Amino acid sequence: MAASTASSRYSAGVKDYRHTYWQPDYAVKDTDLLACFKITPQAGVPREEAAAAVAAESSTGTWTTVWTDLLTDLEHYKGRAYRIEDVPGDPSCFYAFVAYPIDLFEEGSVVNVFTSLVGNVFGFKAIRALRLEDVRFPIAYVMTCGGPPHGIQVERDKMDKYGRPLLGCTIKPKLGLSAKNYGRAVYECLRGGLDFTKDDENVNSQPFMRWRDRFGFVAEAIRKAESKTGERKGHYLNVTAPTPEEMYRRAEFAKALGMPIVMHDFLTGGFCANTGLANWCRENGVLLHIHRAMHAVIDRDRHHGIHFRVLLKALRLSGGDHLHTGTVVGKLEGDRQATLGWIDLLRERFVNEDRSRGIFFDQDWGAMPGAFAVASGGIHVWHMPALLAIFGDDAVFQFGGGTLGHPWGNAAGAAANRVALEACVEARNRGRDLEKEGKDILVAAARSSPELKAAMETWKEIRFEFDTVDTLDVARAA
Amino acid sequence: MSDIKLGTFSYLPPMSAERIRAQVDYVLKRGWSPAIEHTEPQNVGGSYWNMWQLPLFGETSAERVLAEAEACRKANPGHVVRLIGYDNVRQTLGTAFTVHNA
Repeated sequence: MAASTASSRYSAGVKDYRHTYWQPDYAVKDTDLLACFKITPQAGVPREEAAAAVAAESSTGTWTTVWTDLLTDLEHYKGRAYRIEDVPGDPSCFYAFVAYPIDLFEEGSVVNVFTSLVGNVFGFKAIRALRLEDVRFPIAYVMTCGGPPHGIQVERDKMDKYGRPLLGCTIKPKLGLSAKNYGRAVYECLRGGLDFTKDDENVNSQPFMRWRDRFGFVAEAIRKAESKTGERKGHYLNVTAPTPEEMYRRAEFAKALGMPIVMHDFLTGGFCANTGLANWCRENGVLLHIHRAMHAVIDRDRHHGIHFRVLLKALRLSGGDHLHTGTVVGKLEGDRQATLGWIDLLRERFVNEDRSRGIFFDQDWGAMPGAFAVASGGIHVWHMPALLAIFGDDAVFQFGGGTLGHPWGNAAGAAANRVALEACVEARNRGRDLEKEGKDILVAAARSSPELKAAMETWKEIRFEFDTVDTLDVARAA
Repeated sequence: MSDIKLGTFSYLPPMSAERIRAQVDYVLKRGWSPAIEHTEPQNVGGSYWNMWQLPLFGETSAERVLAEAEACRKANPGHVVRLIGYDNVRQTLGTAFTVHNA
């Protein structure tokens, strides 16, 4: 029955999608790309028809039969909806699982995968809303992608940092500083004890501070901080640019200055630029930090868009050595279990399906390196114990206001953060419970660090406890 | 006082013998292979320090690890001595920290 398309006579017209694209008995292949969509159908549209429509529109189908369908083996090339599940606690929508044959996607092209999976189908009339919850990339496809230019282990070796998370800081005010004053802020942070500083994502090459001037002064700040402290330092030089040509020009200059790391905004810059830059970074031995501006536009709505775990998988395939992942504890959106799920997807070799963490599929990354999770936004020294407990060592904690807002300036703020981090690592290794004993650990460390003591008095025990908008479906139903 | 820092834990006050031992216990508990390295203070920034023997593969006693670190210190006066935990599974150093500052 299902195999009738190619063998039957051509008959024009509109057929129900489910005749061709709903196949509940389909046996998923190891090489298939699998997707889980959350579908909110229009009233009166049966689930199977909506699921089949999504499978069709994101693969071989169009709204009507065409005679050229009979010139190909649609049975081989079509995507199939093969399973439907209830969304816990939300009868307005359901999960649909779709399998796509690997031939539908150009090798090594995150661009092509997303053009198919989240293309026209998202504006499709039969559905009210559509969200791509998760994607299983088959290992055969993973191995066609470049992935992180270096990965966690190589970055640790290049930067000579072991046994602890790395520390960063975004330079503020984010717009308006001259290049020389900007370099001063960088130098003060790095000499105080941070490993990295960062260009804000908005900082590209504005009239008040052109990129070439910024790169030059930042390079001097890094060299001076390295010679003063004996430690290796870096600054994420943002090479996000209006055109790929300009992006590469900036990256080449960073390399010529001997800078260890550059930065890119992968969503506003685009997957094409990002993948190209990741390849350039791999060829030139420059680390790549990835920002995620625009992600909340895409991933925040529970019923429509793309879940962040999918954007994260796309980035790991496209390439980046660091990715912002939310903090759980800071001012920004995040749910602890979901965050733990996607930081595993960023860092680990194999991640098991686990609905309690929002993971719908096993994901095998094969030999592809993992990347550092970056926690940034609204965090300060009091958050350090929880951050270390949540993220472990393979993370970068970025304290912007939490460094620069220190009453004695950047270097003192940096030292406070470094002391707090090392005290927490030391305590964890001794077997102490960071989340229960965090306050005692910090208070004890502050006895020998006036910088930390002042930081703890400045920020006290602030908490940000707004409910998250995008909680996991399983958590909402519980 | 020199501003030169020596990596992880160098922003904390010098650790007591008991606290250093706790870190060695952590290395052993993680299943990492302990190793001792040393170098002249002017060369601490390099990736390669001098190895004090081979890594102590299979060692389970924190006392023996600390005794090796002490023997290294005595044999190399004026050198900085650090302890490493080789993580062979993840092919990196699980940790590295200074146990004796010159």
